[in-house]
Amino acid sequence: MIATFPHMGNIYIMVKTLFDEMGIDYVLPPKCSKKTLEIGAKYSPEMACLPLKINIGNFIESIEKGADTIFITGACGPCRFGYYAEMHREILRDLGYDAEVVALEINEKGLKDLIAKLKKLTGGKKLASLAKPLFKAYKALCMADKIDELSYQTRPLEITKGQTDKVIDDYRNKLLETKSVKETFELMRDTEQRLLNIELERKDTVKVGIVGEIYTLIEPFTNLHIEKILGNMGITAHRSLYISQWIKEHIIKQGLHIKSKKEFAVAAKPYLKTHIGGHALETIGNSVLYARGGYDGVVQIYPLTCMPEIVADGIMPAVRKDYDLPSLTLVMDEITGEAGYLTRIDAFADMLIRRKQLREEKKKNEVLLLRH
Amino acid sequence: MGIPRALLYYEYYPLWKTFFEELGAEVVLSAKTNKKIIESGLTYCVNEACLPVKIFHGAVSDLIGKVDCVFLPRIISVAKREYICPKFSGLPDMIRSSLPNLPPVIDTEIKLRLSDKTLKEAFIYTGKFITDNIAKIIKAYHKALRAHGDFVAKTQKGVLPAQIFDGYRPPQPKGLKIAVVGHIYNLFDSYANNNLFKRLYQNDISVITPETLQTKIIDESADKLNKKLFWSFARKIMGAVIHFTQTKDIDGVMYIMSFGCGIDSFIADLCERKLKRANIPFYLLVIDEHSGEAGLDTRIEAFVDMLKRRKTNDSDLSAHG
Ligand code: SF4
Ligand code: SF4
Repeated sequence: MIATFPHMGNIYIMVKTLFDEMGIDYVLPPKCSKKTLEIGAKYSPEMACLPLKINIGNFIESIEKGADTIFITGACGPCRFGYYAEMHREILRDLGYDAEVVALEINEKGLKDLIAKLKKLTGGKKLASLAKPLFKAYKALCMADKIDELSYQTRPLEITKGQTDKVIDDYRNKLLETKSVKETFELMRDTEQRLLNIELERKDTVKVGIVGEIYTLIEPFTNLHIEKILGNMGITAHRSLYISQWIKEHIIKQGLHIKSKKEFAVAAKPYLKTHIGGHALETIGNSVLYARGGYDGVVQIYPLTCMPEIVADGIMPAVRKDYDLPSLTLVMDEITGEAGYLTRIDAFADMLIRRKQLREEKKKNEVLLLRH
Repeated sequence: MGIPRALLYYEYYPLWKTFFEELGAEVVLSAKTNKKIIESGLTYCVNEACLPVKIFHGAVSDLIGKVDCVFLPRIISVAKREYICPKFSGLPDMIRSSLPNLPPVIDTEIKLRLSDKTLKEAFIYTGKFITDNIAKIIKAYHKALRAHGDFVAKTQKGVLPAQIFDGYRPPQPKGLKIAVVGHIYNLFDSYANNNLFKRLYQNDISVITPETLQTKIIDESADKLNKKLFWSFARKIMGAVIHFTQTKDIDGVMYIMSFGCGIDSFIADLCERKLKRANIPFYLLVIDEHSGEAGLDTRIEAFVDMLKRRKTNDSDLSAHG
């Protein structure tokens, strides 16, 4: 078996760690690129959501490099993600690829089905043999997410421009080369330290919250790496969803039956009363939380035709009005060129910077008035 | 009581109407879909939404000022262990966030995914907006269920909602016979699909839809899927199509999809793949807010011509080029 899997932000770091630790043969799918998307878009239904198209591109690129078994996770509704594996299988079948698609999910066939699939990973060994590698893989993911988050903070404040980018680029390149879990961890610890060593300015930056559909939020290829763009404009971006945090909430906590307090659900309530699938409730709730937390604006990102986010998009005007919160919606597809998105991000960022300046000037003037 | 003539109106109207009328309420429907409704849908609804959701926004706006309250149930699931499109779960919230001067809204939650017993509670909750007499509500509920049952039985006998809602008369069964599949509101909103059924009937084409098949047939076919389709309406479409691939008693399948529909993007594709393997002609008709005007005609005609040619040649010509 030569395994592969789809890209989604830092997920590859986790899967790579897991496979390295278990000694599984695998193909790391080439980084998502225009070519990946082109292949995916060509063979997927035109109105499928972007993540499906990129998945297909990842798979074909990996199969061409020798992969024969595709591991993915699944769900059972209400969103399209729950039927991704079936689409993958049908599309690959009609293209004449005979790679096996293994969906790790709990479905109507029960736990037995999942266990049988997991055994493919362990090579027939007891499932318990997965525990330690999984734990390490999860830890690697958490560290990778932490590095990202740290870079979002240092970038807008670094005194020497480009330092953060340099550290991150270096780290990303080396990451593809690490051969053992130990090396991966060392690299990450080192990267974290290098980020912490960057000399920062002390100032109050414009702050932007990033909300929306999880895949486009997490996979930099599908959001033009918006945190980096904003960061290099001196704006601090805060992303509302991380995959490590998703795993903690949905798999670990649910598995242990720990109730988590859903602050965003409470915040969303006046606008959206219930979970509707995807991350619409998070989009609305986190926007409200960002507004209350003094953020200067939010950016909502989602793939064209994404059902839950369209609902959230329809509700956003109410949040915008109640909190006087500027927001920018980026609907991602394979047709709009990068330039189109960049101009809009630029204009939005400029507007936020100006708004903040005006507010500060007004405050200064008020203070002056009071003194007189 | 205002009921927007859109989305699941086409599925549940007899149920809702009977229930409210039994309780003594007057039911007011929004106008049949027309240009104005689509225009106000475009004004009030987020641009990215699909046509049926835009029409729904337009239909609700048409009711404003004409009714004391509107019935906008939050429909999450209509069967056990199933769902419907996520847009339905957020519909009342979308409407509230975008339509000004909305009358009071009854947004009963319908969620039968875990247990179908909650349906009765949902109706009692709804009925209480009108009367405190629980016995009366329960009576109305049962009567409404019977009305719905009658409606379903009638369509399963072959009487299409197009006949019931629009009074179209089907032709004598002598010409082509095709299946038209898709979400019910795309099939039976005759403005949105530019009088599709009228056109087909005028061409002497007999039409069946998933609604005309017995539930048992749909269930048996849908169960053949490798993974259960968890969207109720998609499951019905898929079940019907799988059934056709076995009976092969139709000349072709036309799938009506609204532009940008998330669910149909998958289901239409899967149907096409299955039909192709069975060598049954398939045509995907995508409708959007401009379909009412023109263009559909020629597209429907082209498909029909192809089917006719195929039939007269009586050959097994590949249906897919
Ligand atoms: S949340 Fe959006 S992008 Fe994700 S599966 Fe659902 S429709 Fe597709
Ligand atoms: S099923 Fe499709 S057409 Fe219907 S509301 Fe959902 S996205 Fe729109």
